[in-house]
Amino acid sequence: MIRASLALAARALRTSLRRPQFLAPLLLFPSMFLAVNTGGMARATELPGFGDVNGFLDFQLAAAMTQSMLLGGVTAGIATALEIEGGFFDRLVASPVPRAALLVGRLIATGAIAVFQVLWFLVIGLIFGAEIEGGVPGALVVILLGIFGGIGFGAIGMLLAFRAKNASTVQGIFPLVFVVLFVSSAFFPRDLLQSPASWIADYNPLSYIADGLREPIIRGVNAGPVLEGFAAALLIIVVAGGFALLALRNRLREA
Amino acid sequence: MTAAQNLRVILALSRRALNEILRVPGGAIPGVLAPAIFMVGLSGVFGAASQLPGFDASDFRTFIVPVGMLQGAGFTGAATGVNLARDIERGWFDRLLTGPAPRIVLLIGIVSSASLRALLPATFLLLLALALGVHVQSVPGLVLAFLIVMLFAAALACWGCVVALRFGTQQAAPLMQIVAFASILFTTAYAPEALLAGWLADIASVNPVTYVLEGVRQAFVYGLTWDRTWHALLALALLLLALGSGAIAMMRRVGR
Repeated sequence: MIRASLALAARALRTSLRRPQFLAPLLLFPSMFLAVNTGGMARATELPGFGDVNGFLDFQLAAAMTQSMLLGGVTAGIATALEIEGGFFDRLVASPVPRAALLVGRLIATGAIAVFQVLWFLVIGLIFGAEIEGGVPGALVVILLGIFGGIGFGAIGMLLAFRAKNASTVQGIFPLVFVVLFVSSAFFPRDLLQSPASWIADYNPLSYIADGLREPIIRGVNAGPVLEGFAAALLIIVVAGGFALLALRNRLREA
Repeated sequence: MTAAQNLRVILALSRRALNEILRVPGGAIPGVLAPAIFMVGLSGVFGAASQLPGFDASDFRTFIVPVGMLQGAGFTGAATGVNLARDIERGWFDRLLTGPAPRIVLLIGIVSSASLRALLPATFLLLLALALGVHVQSVPGLVLAFLIVMLFAAALACWGCVVALRFGTQQAAPLMQIVAFASILFTTAYAPEALLAGWLADIASVNPVTYVLEGVRQAFVYGLTWDRTWHALLALALLLLALGSGAIAMMRRVGR
């Protein structure tokens, strides 16, 4: 099982690297938003209740990471759906590969890509003047939480792929990425969001992942927000991963 | 071909593009939905920014409506390029080229269809904004805003045509969309120029779309002034001249 999962993860990574047109949007779109949000809302930190931060760029880094990982989840779903459409998935199913490895392999690859995504934004942040208050341990916590978040969003993408079975439907989810981001505290402090975004954000796991990624950057490694971030990511992994396994089983039964 | 025949070709191509909305209404949904999500989402997230000193709108939602309208026009322009790429892939465009219509007439037909289609997201966003309590400053300002939206969609459609004719594949769609998206966001989209970070204020001041956006904003924020109007129309003229020239050059080269 482990060997099959790692082999499938390596294959998924190789395929992703061969098609940079799929990977580029994961970095380009969030980087563009990071630039525009930071430049356009530079004075937002002066708002009463914003909290003490070195700059709006520091605050926005977690938003860019979260957005990028969400897009990574959609990309993992599209890649899976393309394999289903192209027939490769059926060939895998016909082989003696354990069923769960089909899911776990792709999720390991998504987690590995998440490391690269988080590092990208940390480096961009440092180049443009952000400070990581938590230092090296803080950066490591951000990367680790990024892996958990990336795997969780990848599980959502795979669940969609197993249910939809075609890439265009999964691609149609793209605008929803922004909807769930806008009703979270990824871009702005929860207390300053307008209603109804403010109260939806309280129940949105994305808020806790974004806050968990943000805490080591703007304040330091504080157990509360970081542990909440890990708990939210784990919740997504368990729920979405569980439903994805069920969807996979249903799909195999139909086949 | 006579002028009347050319006009008939332009009308036929525009009608064909409009027919797509009726035949495949689902295809028009992303172009309407995406700017609406951004407009409502951004005002929910950054709404408190209107409390900043120097923010010259009553609320953030009013300030961001014109951004949504231009995004709708931008997406429509990019979609026109994607549709042209699809026609190239399927061979339909080759059949058009073998017809007697001059190439520039074909281009005008394709681009003018974008202007008409841009009215759909703009109207939807206006109705949504009104339902959410946004006020319109003046009816002439609103008429001008719709005119600007149509011309902006035409300019972005020219860009879409350049990319479609250069690459001949729908896979080039992100290139069409990201330019439309970035050109609108690297302006005074989020805040007045005085509140932008220095580097973004510098980009916004040389980005012609800033003046286009401020032209649309007259309908909701400032009220109609001659100064903002001619700046917007001049910026649009420059955009149309630059991108239209590129599209005409590509049209002349294609298939030869």
